[in-house]
Amino acid sequence: MRTTGKTRKYIYSITLFFIALSGFAQMPVFKRYYIADIPGLGWLAKFYMTHIMHYIAAIVLIAFVIYVLFDFILNKSGLNTITRIGYFKILVLAGLIVSGLLMVVKNLPNIYFNHNAIIFLDLFHLSFCMILLGVSFYALVKKKSWVS
Amino acid sequence: MTSKISRRAFLKGSITAAGSVVATTGIAKAAKSITHTKKEPLATLLDISKCIGCEECVFACKESNANKYPNPKKPFPKMYPTRVPVEDWSDKRDVTDRLTPYNWLFIQHASATVNGEEIELTIPRRCMHCDNPPCVKLCPWGALKQEENGLSRIDSNICLGGSKCKKACPWDVPQRQTGTGLYLDLLPALAGNGAMFKCDRCYNKLEKGEVPACIEACPEDVQTIGPRSEILKKAHALAKEMGGYIYGEHENGGTSTIYVSPVPFEQLSNSIEKGKGKPHLNKVKDMMADGTNLAKAMIVAPIAGLAAAFGKFYLSSKEDK
Repeated sequence: MRTTGKTRKYIYSITLFFIALSGFAQMPVFKRYYIADIPGLGWLAKFYMTHIMHYIAAIVLIAFVIYVLFDFILNKSGLNTITRIGYFKILVLAGLIVSGLLMVVKNLPNIYFNHNAIIFLDLFHLSFCMILLGVSFYALVKKKSWVS
Repeated sequence: MTSKISRRAFLKGSITAAGSVVATTGIAKAAKSITHTKKEPLATLLDISKCIGCEECVFACKESNANKYPNPKKPFPKMYPTRVPVEDWSDKRDVTDRLTPYNWLFIQHASATVNGEEIELTIPRRCMHCDNPPCVKLCPWGALKQEENGLSRIDSNICLGGSKCKKACPWDVPQRQTGTGLYLDLLPALAGNGAMFKCDRCYNKLEKGEVPACIEACPEDVQTIGPRSEILKKAHALAKEMGGYIYGEHENGGTSTIYVSPVPFEQLSNSIEKGKGKPHLNKVKDMMADGTNLAKAMIVAPIAGLAAAFGKFYLSSKEDK
């Protein structure tokens, strides 16, 4: 089955939406600010559920990113086709995934990370997320694409 | 017949002389074992049949950890929205019948029937120090840490008091105090609500090769500390000897707090007063198990992406030919 650019865009956008939503739900804010009171959004205040959702969205995102990366390499699309904003988003996405994967490892049983490392990971992960969302919003408004 | 086996009066009298010798020997042994096993997590064994509910451990805990207790500034900053609860224990520091930010260990009372005789049991309750603690793993700020010796603790200087750790804890152990901590320096009106507090198993004493205050103070030697494998062996031997039951070995995937009781824990859990700051003794499934399984499944994600890319390439190459 040939995956069109539009389909890719939808998969990426939906995944990004759910991973960001479940990611923000890791902080106890949705209950405080009544968002979890909205019918159908009560799950946003259930930490174990949002934790699982975040992991599932991460699995989809990693699979999708690897697919797009190798599809790009195999098609010999050429690095010069990637725009400046595209490069920037790739870097931020890579930071987000790497910090996220380290946090997944941290959450496994019998794994002890240095306390400062955990704090930095949390902050980096949140920062990468905020930057990615900001740049994605900018790219959407300015109609800037990943590739030229 | 209710023979309120007033073990407190009986045992306290009979052990006064011998107790200190036994306890000192026990503590010396425990201190030796904890200094020898830095790599294997430490666990504590609590023999409920020995506890007389004297609260010596409770007061020793209070005394030993007094310097870690919060000193909130009042009046508290107004928090928005108004549903955000103010939790203030600073004027109720003497409360000892439940967990609070100023009381990290308390004695729970249970009645049970053994061999047709009703007895009263007392159970020291505090943080279970889970093997894979959800409070530590799910804290969004890294305000909690688990040390290699198995204890988990809250860094109250970093904690923002969101209380997620309490909601994630199967026993609702961490307790919040408003008006203290880092949130005061950030956006106190809009984010955070103080800091959380719980038993840290006297990490500072353990670092010095000493045993936790509650263990040291117990006149009955209710608690034993040592490498988890040894503690589990002892717990099983003790349970076998008394025909008793074990709690904490498998709860939430395993903990470092192993209770041994002559009475089934279902019976104890039905008997104890439960509620806010008063944890249950029910069976607890491994709360982090789903996340751990998904983490393993995450290894498949890049393989799937790779397979899809190569599959697409193979199909398009075939089409081109």
